[in-house]
Amino acid sequence: MPSPQPILSVRHLNGFYGQTQALRQLSLDIPANRVIGIIGPAGSGKTTFLRTLNRLNDLVPGYRVEGRVLLNGADIYHPGQDAVALRKRVGMVFALPMPLPMSIYDNIVYGPRLDGVRDRARLDALVESTLQAAFLWDEVKDRLHTSGLRLSGGQQQRLCLARTLAMAPDVVLLDEPCSGLDPISTARIEDALTALKARYTIILVTNNTKQAARVADDTAFFLMGELVEYSDTRQLFTVPRDSRTNDYVTGRFG
Amino acid sequence: MRLLPPKYTQAIAVTLLGGATLFTLAVLLFIIGFVLDKGLPAVGLSFLFSNPQDMGRAGGIFPTVIGTLLLPLLAIAIALPLGVGTAVYLTEYTRESRVTAVIRFGTDCLAGIPSIIFGLFGFIFFVTMLKMGWSLLSGGLTLAIMILPTIIRTTEEAIKAVPNAYREVSFSLGATRWETVRKVVLPNALPGIVTGVMLGIGRCIGETAAVIFTAGSSLRLPNTPFDSVRTMAVHFYILAREGISNDNAYGTAAVLIIAVLTVNLIAYWLMHRFIAKRSR
Repeated sequence: MPSPQPILSVRHLNGFYGQTQALRQLSLDIPANRVIGIIGPAGSGKTTFLRTLNRLNDLVPGYRVEGRVLLNGADIYHPGQDAVALRKRVGMVFALPMPLPMSIYDNIVYGPRLDGVRDRARLDALVESTLQAAFLWDEVKDRLHTSGLRLSGGQQQRLCLARTLAMAPDVVLLDEPCSGLDPISTARIEDALTALKARYTIILVTNNTKQAARVADDTAFFLMGELVEYSDTRQLFTVPRDSRTNDYVTGRFG
Repeated sequence: MRLLPPKYTQAIAVTLLGGATLFTLAVLLFIIGFVLDKGLPAVGLSFLFSNPQDMGRAGGIFPTVIGTLLLPLLAIAIALPLGVGTAVYLTEYTRESRVTAVIRFGTDCLAGIPSIIFGLFGFIFFVTMLKMGWSLLSGGLTLAIMILPTIIRTTEEAIKAVPNAYREVSFSLGATRWETVRKVVLPNALPGIVTGVMLGIGRCIGETAAVIFTAGSSLRLPNTPFDSVRTMAVHFYILAREGISNDNAYGTAAVLIIAVLTVNLIAYWLMHRFIAKRSR
């Protein structure tokens, strides 16, 4: 059930790379403790939208936004809002598994250490709980101090998920997290996401419409920077209101 | 129409490329062999650890060993933070613009200036104007300025080679720009930075002109940073040029070559250990 108060509210959001408009008049509410799928063809603004939600696109020269993004009612683009503090509340997993070149353990405690957590027992507990949550603990518990780069692609991506969870964010953004993974690794990530929505709000960008159908509670369909349709996943896939949605989910383009 | 069939051009290419490599190696080995052959007979513990007598005609080279240790060390201690700081600022804190292009062009020009010019500058500025005299300090500062462009450029290249995805991951985990530089960028750029430092140390150890102009050529052990020192390279130059002692000159050169090789070996060993530790 959607909670009455949305955790994220996007209002009339426009995003521009220089003169090129990438996001057009997006308005949507994202309820807490659900998995929101975002689907759409390449270049439809899905990734830009995600990177706008944690202000990672602030780092892209020439990118600017108009409109409002409210996280728990507060505008994240308000001049007084600190982007660094925001990113601790809105975590992100990237398309390619990207462990930092350090040990599994150090990868996971990277965020907490930035916050000044030094207590070894607390860090140890955090490493175990986040790896459990990402369904990776049993595979790596005996080699936490080996490099994260030595894991397989699927394990690396679950490590990245655990690393994001270690910051205890409110919202977890995933940008096509399974695009380079085999079906079994994909299934593990999907299982983890389904289990995680009890504690987090998850926004999952995916190229794979079937994945959205499997995992997402609600799904948004993006096309050319516009939000075409946003509704309950089953409804979007079975009785879409917009003919373009229908064409996309039935595989007629994209 | 082809002049020759591919298998002949291939054979010719391999011969020429292999020949070039062999020639380079032969020249290098000949120089090292020649210097060690002529120099090693003079070298021993007493040569290394005793004071020179009669301008270096007899006795050892101990003060010049100390000078060769201290001067590059001081230069690196000054140039490393300045150079790495500049490189980090240029690559991480500024966007590419006309200003950074001009700064980069300037550092490239500085890197190509003959060392004697730096020596002259150091003599006028540090030795005379700032009244530091011929001293360890004047020499260290001058050599630091001399190697600064090399350190800046190698560090810049090393920082640019760090994948941008690492930075994005760090930012996405709530790191500031500085935390990202400190915890992700610099550790991954370290091998390149070490290379720059090694090049810098090599230039300092081998430098004569700029050192004579700024650090002088005193054969006494320095007691303070304001004392003049003589490095092995300068000692070799003076012994050979003034015809004081060819044996001791070659002895000094042999020690110099061994020292440079040792410094390089240690640096590479440290670097490999560092890399291995991070990817274990």
